[in-house]
Amino acid sequence: MSGGVDSSTAAAMLAHEGASVVGLTLQLWDQTRLAGKNGIPEAPKAGRCCSLDDVYDARKVAEQLGIPYYVVNQEERFERDVVRPFVSEYLAGRTPIPCSLCNNHLKFDQLLQTARSIGASCIATGHYAVNEYDAARDRWILKRPADLAKDQTYFLFGLTQEQLAHTLFPLGRMTKPEVREVARKHGLRLAEKPDSQEICFIPGGDYKQFLTAYLEEQGEEMPETAGEMVAASGQVLGRHDGIASFTVGQRKGLRLSSPSPLYVLQIDPANHRVTVGGDDELATSTLRARRLNWISIPELTAPMRVKIKIRHRHEPAWAMLAPAGDGEVVATFDEPQRAVTPGQSAVFYDGDEVVGGGWIV
Amino acid sequence: MRRVYCDANATTPLLPEVMEAMRPYFMEQFGNASSIHLHGQQAHRAVDEARETMARFFNCREAEVVFNSGGTEGDNAAIFGLLRPGDHFITTSIEHSAVLQAAARMEQRSVDVTYIAPKASGLIDPADVEAALRPSTRLISVMLANNETGVLQPVAEIGKIAAAVGAFFHIDAVQGAGKVTLDVRRMGCHVLTISAHKMYGPKGIGANYVRRGTPIEALIVGGSHERRQRAGTANVPAIVGLGKAAELAMESLEDGTIDRLAVLRDRLEAGILAIPGTRVNGAWDGERVPRTANTTNITFDQLEGEALVIALDLKGVAVSGGSACHSGSTEPSHVLMAMGLDKNAARASLRFSLMKTATDADVDQILRIVPEAVERLRALSPVAAGTLG
Repeated sequence: MSGGVDSSTAAAMLAHEGASVVGLTLQLWDQTRLAGKNGIPEAPKAGRCCSLDDVYDARKVAEQLGIPYYVVNQEERFERDVVRPFVSEYLAGRTPIPCSLCNNHLKFDQLLQTARSIGASCIATGHYAVNEYDAARDRWILKRPADLAKDQTYFLFGLTQEQLAHTLFPLGRMTKPEVREVARKHGLRLAEKPDSQEICFIPGGDYKQFLTAYLEEQGEEMPETAGEMVAASGQVLGRHDGIASFTVGQRKGLRLSSPSPLYVLQIDPANHRVTVGGDDELATSTLRARRLNWISIPELTAPMRVKIKIRHRHEPAWAMLAPAGDGEVVATFDEPQRAVTPGQSAVFYDGDEVVGGGWIV
Repeated sequence: MRRVYCDANATTPLLPEVMEAMRPYFMEQFGNASSIHLHGQQAHRAVDEARETMARFFNCREAEVVFNSGGTEGDNAAIFGLLRPGDHFITTSIEHSAVLQAAARMEQRSVDVTYIAPKASGLIDPADVEAALRPSTRLISVMLANNETGVLQPVAEIGKIAAAVGAFFHIDAVQGAGKVTLDVRRMGCHVLTISAHKMYGPKGIGANYVRRGTPIEALIVGGSHERRQRAGTANVPAIVGLGKAAELAMESLEDGTIDRLAVLRDRLEAGILAIPGTRVNGAWDGERVPRTANTTNITFDQLEGEALVIALDLKGVAVSGGSACHSGSTEPSHVLMAMGLDKNAARASLRFSLMKTATDADVDQILRIVPEAVERLRALSPVAAGTLG
C-alpha cells in the first residue's frame, strides 16, 4: 500500500469481499535523505512513495478497513538493487527504468517473500494489469488491463510464473475513473488524490541533480566523462560536460546551434562521445535486447510476430522478433522507431498478452 | 484469538489499582495543585503523597523529586540542564535516543561527547569510562538497564568514578525502574530518570531524582512548579498514577513477583534457544551478565526479524525487533550493532520482554508459536528468479 488511490482501493475491494487482508507498505527511500543538497528541495512534496504523508495515508486506509498494517523497511535492498544500478546506468550513458527494477527486486520478490513468510497466500497490488492462468498452455499469462491509458504491464515484464501465480491485480479490469468511484463508495478520503508520476526517490524529477547529490553523499566523484558532440558523419560539433546528462532522443540542453532541431542519437560511453543528428536520423528499425523474461511462452525458439513497446509512453509497434543466441533477441520493426534507448526495456505483446521482455542493449 | 503481549519494554498497561487511584482526580478532585482553595489543596495533597512515595522509590528526599512528562523529557532535562559549551560529556553508544539525540544536539553546541562502546556482552566497562575522563568532563550519563537486552550496567561503580573527579552523573533508569530496586545514594548519581508507563503506570508522566544542590537549568520555564525545576500545571491524575505504580513496583520487588518473572523468562529463553541457529544477546561475559528479569534478546540465524515480528503478531504474539524509525518500520538496533553484531544479525534479532503479570500459559503459548513461525520463515527460500536486474 503506497498511500495512493490504486493500492488503497485494491485493499478495500479485497477486504470488502471478505478476504483476510494484511496491509504492507514498503519503506524504500528516506525522502529527507538528500533534502537541501545540491538544490534538491528541503521539504519533499507529498504524493511520492515513502513520504511520511503517504505512509500516514496508507495507515489511515488500513485503520478504516480494520485490517492489520505494517511498514516493512527495505531501504537497504532498494538502494542496492534500484538506486545504485540507476546511478551506474546513467554514468554508463544508458537510461535506466528504476520502476521495473523495483518491481523485479522489491515489489514482486522481496514483498512476496515477506507476504508468504507472514502466512499470506499471495500479494495484491494496485497495478493496472491482468493476470490469469491458462490451463491449455499451463502458464500464467499477463495481459494489458481494461484501462489502456493506465497500462502498467510495461513495468511488469520481469514477473516470473511463480510470482504471477501468487499475485492479484484487483484493478486490472477497471478504468481509473471506476477505481476512483469505488474508492469514493468505500469512503476512502484519498479518492481524489492525484496520481504520482515521477520517479519516487527523485524529488522534483531532476535526475542530474539527484546523481550529483547522491554521489557527493557517498563520497564518490562524478566520473569525468566530458567529451565531444559529433554528427553521424563524425564531424565534431562541440563539447559536452558529461555523458550522464544525455539520453537518446533528447533535444533540450544540447547547447549546439543548428538550423534544424538536433537530437541525441547515440551515447558512446567508452569514448565519452555523444552523437547527435536530425529527427530523421533518430529512427532505427532494429533493436537487441537481453536479460529476457518470457511469460506467455516458455522460450522464444523461432521468429514471432509481436508488437513491441520500447518505453512507457510508446505505442507498441509491429516487429518480427527472433532469437539471436547468447541469451539475446533481435527485433526488426515494420516501421523504424524513434529513439530506441539502451537501458530501457522492450516489452513484447501478442494482442493483449505480454509475451515477455528484456533490456535494450 | 488469545493474544500474548510480550513487549513490556515498549510499554505496559495500567494495573487496575493504578486506574482506581487515578480515577477521582479527573472529575471530582480536579483542582490545580497550585491553587490556594480547597480544590487546590486536595490536588496538592495528592501530589505530595505521590512525591513521598517517589522519595521512597528513589531513596531520596521529597524535595529531590521532580515530576515531568516522562523518560525523554527527564533525559533531555539532565543533559540540556547540566552541559554548557566547552564541557566534555561521557555517555555510551547504547543509550536510548532520548539521550543520544540530546548528546548530538549538545555536540552542535560545542560540547565534546565521548560515546563509550559496550563489550560484546552489552556491558559498559567502568574502566573505559574512567579512561575517557578529562579535566573538562562535566557530566556522565549511563543507563541502568538497556531496553533491547535488559543488561544492567555497573552504575554504582561509574558513580564512584564520577564522584572521584567531581563530575555529575545521570542515570537513565527508565528500563530499570520497577525491575530492580533503585537507590540513588548507592548508585551515586546526581540525576536519575524514570517513566511511569514502563512500570504499569500511565503514559505522559515521569520523574527525575535531582540531588539537592545540583545546578540543573530548567528545560521548561513558566510558573514556579516543582521548585522552579519544571514549569507547567501538575498533571495530578498522572502523578497519582505514577505514585501508585511505584508503590506496587516496590511491592513486586519484595514479594517475589520479579524473581518469579526471571524464572519465567529463563524458561522462555531456554525454549526459544532450543530452536537451532539461535543465540542470546547480552547474556554471557565469562559469567552470566546481570539482566532485568523480564527481557531476553535473541538472534535467529537466516531470518528477517521484521517479517518474524509481523508473523508473530498475526499469530497473536506481540514482540519487537530493532528500533522504530520515523515511518513505523524498523531499523537494525544500534545497541546490538554496538555490541558487534553485523547489520544482518541485528536485523535478525527479536526482543521478548514479559509483563510482570505474565503466566506459564503465556510462555507456553509463545513457545508453541515461535518455533513454528521461525521454521516457516526459514523454509521459504527467496522466491524464484525475478532478478532481471
